[in-house]
Amino acid sequence: MSDKILYSLTGLFDTPDEIIAAAKKVQAEGYTKYDVNTPYPVHGMDSAMKLPMSRLPYVAMVVGLTGMFLALFFMWWTNSVDYPLVIGGKPYFALPAYVPIMFEVTVLSASIATVVTMIAIVFKFPNNSHPLLDTEYMKHVSVDKYGISISAEDPKFNYESVKSLLESLGAKNISPVYFKDEVINFKPNTFEPKFVLSLIGLFIVVSGLTYVTLNKLMYLPPFDWMMEQSKVIAQERSDVFEDGRGMRTPVEGTVARGFLPYKYKDNPDAAGKFLVNPLPATEENLQVGETKFDIYCSPCHGYLAEGDSRLKGQFPNPPSLHSAKVRNWSDGRIYHVITEGQNAMPSYAYQLSREERWAIILYIRALQRSLNAKESDLQ
Amino acid sequence: MSSIDYTQELPVVEGRPTLKEINELIARPLDQKPDKKFYIALSITVSMLLIGAIALGFTFYYGVGLWGNNNPVGWGFPIVNFVFWVGIGHAGTLISAILFLFRQRWRNGIARFAEGMTIFAVMTAGLFPLIHVGRPWLAGYLIPYPNQHSLWVDFNSPLLWDVFAVSTYFTVSFIFWYVGLIPDFASLRDRATSKVKKIIYSIFSLGWRHSNRHWTHYEMVYLVLAGFATPLVLSVHTIVSFDFAVSILPGWHATIFPPYFVAGAVFSGFAMVQNVLIFIRKIFNYEKIITLDTLERMNKIILLTGSMVGYAYAMEFFTAWYSGVQPEQFTFINRAFGPYAWAYWIMVSCNVLFPQLFWIRKIRRTIPVMFVIAVLVNVGMWFERFVITVTSLHRDFLPSSWAYFKPTIVDLAILLGSFGFFFTWILLFTKTLPVVSIAEIKAVNEGAQPSHGEH
Repeated sequence: MSDKILYSLTGLFDTPDEIIAAAKKVQAEGYTKYDVNTPYPVHGMDSAMKLPMSRLPYVAMVVGLTGMFLALFFMWWTNSVDYPLVIGGKPYFALPAYVPIMFEVTVLSASIATVVTMIAIVFKFPNNSHPLLDTEYMKHVSVDKYGISISAEDPKFNYESVKSLLESLGAKNISPVYFKDEVINFKPNTFEPKFVLSLIGLFIVVSGLTYVTLNKLMYLPPFDWMMEQSKVIAQERSDVFEDGRGMRTPVEGTVARGFLPYKYKDNPDAAGKFLVNPLPATEENLQVGETKFDIYCSPCHGYLAEGDSRLKGQFPNPPSLHSAKVRNWSDGRIYHVITEGQNAMPSYAYQLSREERWAIILYIRALQRSLNAKESDLQ
Repeated sequence: MSSIDYTQELPVVEGRPTLKEINELIARPLDQKPDKKFYIALSITVSMLLIGAIALGFTFYYGVGLWGNNNPVGWGFPIVNFVFWVGIGHAGTLISAILFLFRQRWRNGIARFAEGMTIFAVMTAGLFPLIHVGRPWLAGYLIPYPNQHSLWVDFNSPLLWDVFAVSTYFTVSFIFWYVGLIPDFASLRDRATSKVKKIIYSIFSLGWRHSNRHWTHYEMVYLVLAGFATPLVLSVHTIVSFDFAVSILPGWHATIFPPYFVAGAVFSGFAMVQNVLIFIRKIFNYEKIITLDTLERMNKIILLTGSMVGYAYAMEFFTAWYSGVQPEQFTFINRAFGPYAWAYWIMVSCNVLFPQLFWIRKIRRTIPVMFVIAVLVNVGMWFERFVITVTSLHRDFLPSSWAYFKPTIVDLAILLGSFGFFFTWILLFTKTLPVVSIAEIKAVNEGAQPSHGEH
């Protein structure tokens, strides 16, 4: 007994009236670190113990309002900023339609926050090592007795005087409660083999299950994630057609839109003569031209069309596009070169649409102007 | 018969048991080994559950073509069952939160059980949205998270509001339930004799010590939660009704839907709570805690909400007539006299006519009769959802696409399975947790509160 540390002195009462009177008396005597334990909340105890009003509703209000505005902000951001989408003719920011979710998020966040705050911060739970737990005293107040426990840490605590106070109040089973030995002597050891091994085991189980779930289980039938569908995809066999091909060739004698055959095949002069650039030299077209030129032409011709290839030594260098010859070519003549290719240059008809080719020509003209400006450009 | 003195409040707990007796009475089912009857009941519910599980397995493997849903009737049993089970869940929160705010002390005896029922009913209901999408493993797309499609969910859709409403409702109900359980876990912990039980109860009680410095916060938080749960319970079935009311289909597009659905939900929920409690109080000898007076009060609420539902049925017809809109009028005439007239009249007789018998005091206090009426109420409420969903759809604007919806065996098996799921949870609940709140019952026992010298 000598090495035990006293936590409190406890006494039990039989009726709610007695415990209220006892709490009032203990409070009046000036004790501050005492507690009353009853199997259910006894009315009038708050005022008897002079307990202040719980401030937890403020937590509910602050977190609830925060949750509400976060929900509103999130819905506004997703529907109006990140991916604006008109749904059912509603505006991007459809406040009335957001009200239900704002309400639900308010309730959800406030309820969780209030309860977690109460349990974890106010009560400091879970705590299964409190000295009062597992005592005869607790076993009584858990069922039908009303107990009072005056802590030894109270500045006014004096074993004899507290005992006589409880006796004068008519308490029964007055008994001291000590801190538990195993709690006092407990020394946490992080590197205990049992603990480390169980951690490793847990890690293996969790990571193994995660791997199996994410990589194997989720791809078993019927979980095909719609990757296998009954539609025909390119290059696939199809039994619908006699020849078994899923892909069909165009009907003979027809031309698909945008695939009109090139009229001036092997006839550069006619192309130069009859073809006219249909695109006006707008900023937009020049922008397209620059992008496409930088992707398809610049590797050999260079960014400034000076023939300064980035692929020097791997391919023969093309001549500069700033030569008088090219400058004097009509747009149609250049178009012919892009379409059909020339010398080492292959055709770009498959890589570039017709409009893109014309846009590139606009850009080449702009580049040419930049090195060989006319007098009039200075004005 | 008229010997009751209404000037005095009836005792909530009859017979003035001691607190120790209450403790032992409520904890006894947890100590005893389950008897033969329990295993028989459990085997029945688990069989039902397995039948449903097999039907679901087929559904997921072969697709939703196994159901009776056809072209105009795209919403069949899954929606009907979803609305039915969410409705069942509404009584729990009504009893635990709304009646708490109204200081109805008789609620203390039934609140815990009703809350548990809420949780299980919402769990059952929650299965159906997952089932009816056909590919339940894709349900994650319902949650707004940054995904590889860079698409967000549609916050303007009532179906998404449902996701938030039902998940919030489940979470808040669960928290409410657990907060109520903490002191009871502590009481059970302190009387546990076996070591395993003691460890389990110690973990769940979190170290509760019945301290009045805690009770004061606890009561405040309980009040706050009740304050939140009250509008929440009203919002949930309101939002469920929006699934229908926001569309422009005659028979669905009605402003009366939210209050009508909430009243119907409370109606069916109370009927279910009453049904199950009749068994509980008999089997566990809780007649003094769940008194006949409590059952009578529940029957009064069934009568009230049943009358509200009946009013709504009448008002729907009035609105259809008064609107002068032909398709609207046709829908309602078709509802009452068309191919689904049988379902409509089952609904009206079970929901409107039979509950009116509760005007008679003797019927309100006769257990077998009230049990039968409450069963009929739930039959009627299931048919109400069936009538609303199916009759509005099966004859739409285009007579060439009219069709008759017939449920398949898979539909019926899934419905049976949902009952199995729900009652399996209920049975496990009665043997693992105190089905009546120990602390709350002690608090309303006679002589449990000080004699108010200062008031």
